[in-house]
Amino acid sequence: MKQFLAFVHKEFYHIFRDRRTVMILLGMPIVQIILFGFAITTEVSNARLAVLDESKDVTTQRIISQLDASNYFDLTRNLKSYDEVEPLLKKGDIDLVLLIGPHFEHELKHSGKVDLQLMVDGCDVNNATLLTNYAQQIINSTLRSDNLSAGTITPQIKLLYNPAMKSAYNFVPGVMGIILMLICAMMTSISIVREKETGTMEVLLVSPIHPIAIILAKAIPYLVLSAMNVISIVLLSVFVLQVPVAGSLWLLGSLSVLFIIVALALGLFVSTCVNTQIAAMLISGMMMMIPTVLLSGVIYPIESMPVALQYFSNIIPAKWFIMAMRKVMIEGVGLSCILKEVGVLCFMGVVLITASLKKFSIRL
Amino acid sequence: MNETKIDTPVLQVKGLTKQFGRFVAVDHVSFEVQRGEIFGFLGANGAGKTTAMRMLSGLSKPTAGQGQVAGFDIVTQPEQIKRHIGYMSQRFSLYEDLKVWENIRLFAGIYGLKSAQIAQKTDQLLQQLDLTAERNTLVSQLPLGWKQKLAFSISILHDPEIVFLDEPTGGVDPATRRLFWELIYQAAERGISIFVTTHYMDEAEYCNRVSIMVDGQIKALDTPSQLKKEFGVSTMEAVFQQLARSATRNSE
Repeated sequence: MKQFLAFVHKEFYHIFRDRRTVMILLGMPIVQIILFGFAITTEVSNARLAVLDESKDVTTQRIISQLDASNYFDLTRNLKSYDEVEPLLKKGDIDLVLLIGPHFEHELKHSGKVDLQLMVDGCDVNNATLLTNYAQQIINSTLRSDNLSAGTITPQIKLLYNPAMKSAYNFVPGVMGIILMLICAMMTSISIVREKETGTMEVLLVSPIHPIAIILAKAIPYLVLSAMNVISIVLLSVFVLQVPVAGSLWLLGSLSVLFIIVALALGLFVSTCVNTQIAAMLISGMMMMIPTVLLSGVIYPIESMPVALQYFSNIIPAKWFIMAMRKVMIEGVGLSCILKEVGVLCFMGVVLITASLKKFSIRL
Repeated sequence: MNETKIDTPVLQVKGLTKQFGRFVAVDHVSFEVQRGEIFGFLGANGAGKTTAMRMLSGLSKPTAGQGQVAGFDIVTQPEQIKRHIGYMSQRFSLYEDLKVWENIRLFAGIYGLKSAQIAQKTDQLLQQLDLTAERNTLVSQLPLGWKQKLAFSISILHDPEIVFLDEPTGGVDPATRRLFWELIYQAAERGISIFVTTHYMDEAEYCNRVSIMVDGQIKALDTPSQLKKEFGVSTMEAVFQQLARSATRNSE
């Protein structure tokens, strides 16, 4: 046991002596969450509004002046024809376009079917959602205060350029998945391979310490670091981003530990396959990180991928973790609802650990 | 030199063989190393030195043959062997990002030394090497020669019965090599057997006995002076050249 502790101690020294790495490891999750977070929660202020009003009646004038009077929008253009809309949006001169069809007030009073459209640049999804939501609220409250409408009207919202909109909540579980993968898999594999490269692994193998103890001692510091990252991400998302954790914190914690173990096993597996740090970095960086980022559903929804890629995405551990984490964090479900994801992760962990232990002992 | 010490050999192997598929890396090798002896283990690259050394240090199992190291069987008791041997490779085997004393403590801890023992041994070792002032220096900042001396001293900190040195002096100048060999002699006088591989033929002259491996077999084994007489040449270099010329294996 004392042997083992001496060893864990040494691993912590390795990590903390390398200041830059520590800063990256501990700072990265915070920076990423804050970056993503503020992209999500940015308050809309003085968004540039253009209006094409074909009715020009009292009600439409009221709607427009209410929008203009709010802090959120500034009326910057009155358009004369539909042809002006697209070039303006494309140039980025305008954030939101309000299109009002002819005879608005008349239709509102008689048929209740009005022609009102909001157009927004969907490239920036989060911003687009916010703008349309604010505009919609202002329009509805204007109409209600005028007692013109019994219910609320639903403007027809057209999101240009990016029809597949995803939830802002995606990011917190997503960032967690990516960061844990990066720290556990990449850092573990590099740290084991570094010992092979410098020749110290040889000395350790000749010493009485058990190979399994060597590996475990390597894993523990990264487990601790990752746990700290999970905690900092959850705290940030709850208190700074106001993304609440709906499910149980215990479940969230256990799920994270499970994923950390899978990622550590993956790192171990990589380290048994290669002999240089560069190779370890390339394999964990290129072959693992990029698929994790692209195929785990963080950036592109899995449902909209080609079928072949959808199948391929199943072998990415982060995908299952992110799916389960989303359910626990956002939907607040219990263990019974994420059994499939947990099962897949357990299976992956067992396979990876068995495979790498086998390879590790053959190498001896 | 140590013939007076009547004891069982610290290392003895008989018919030691390692086969990878159809390739016989080590081919029925037999020899003994006495206590306190400095045994030179020579051979060109690819002659099978490393494979033999891995079997002797409990890292891999022989395909055939038997042997004992430090009184333990190399086939059935590799874990006990690991406890009673020391090992140092050409790559110095120290952690560059740990301080001098941290390296000492780590390896002492791995070999199960008690805390009090570690403290005492650390002071003793630092004094011996004249490194007391460098106690808190990162190993990466030490000159190469010092690192090697430190690595060697750490490898015999737990008083092993035999220490395996795999090309310990690679890449250093002759003056530093001489200083290093003084440490080796000191250790041998304390009764620690030295099993050393080297490429430098001047170092072969320092050994009590030398074996030369060619194509997985030991082709010569005797004291340096006997070998020179036998081959009718004046240097170990010449002995080695004569034997190495008969090799059929490539160096890779």
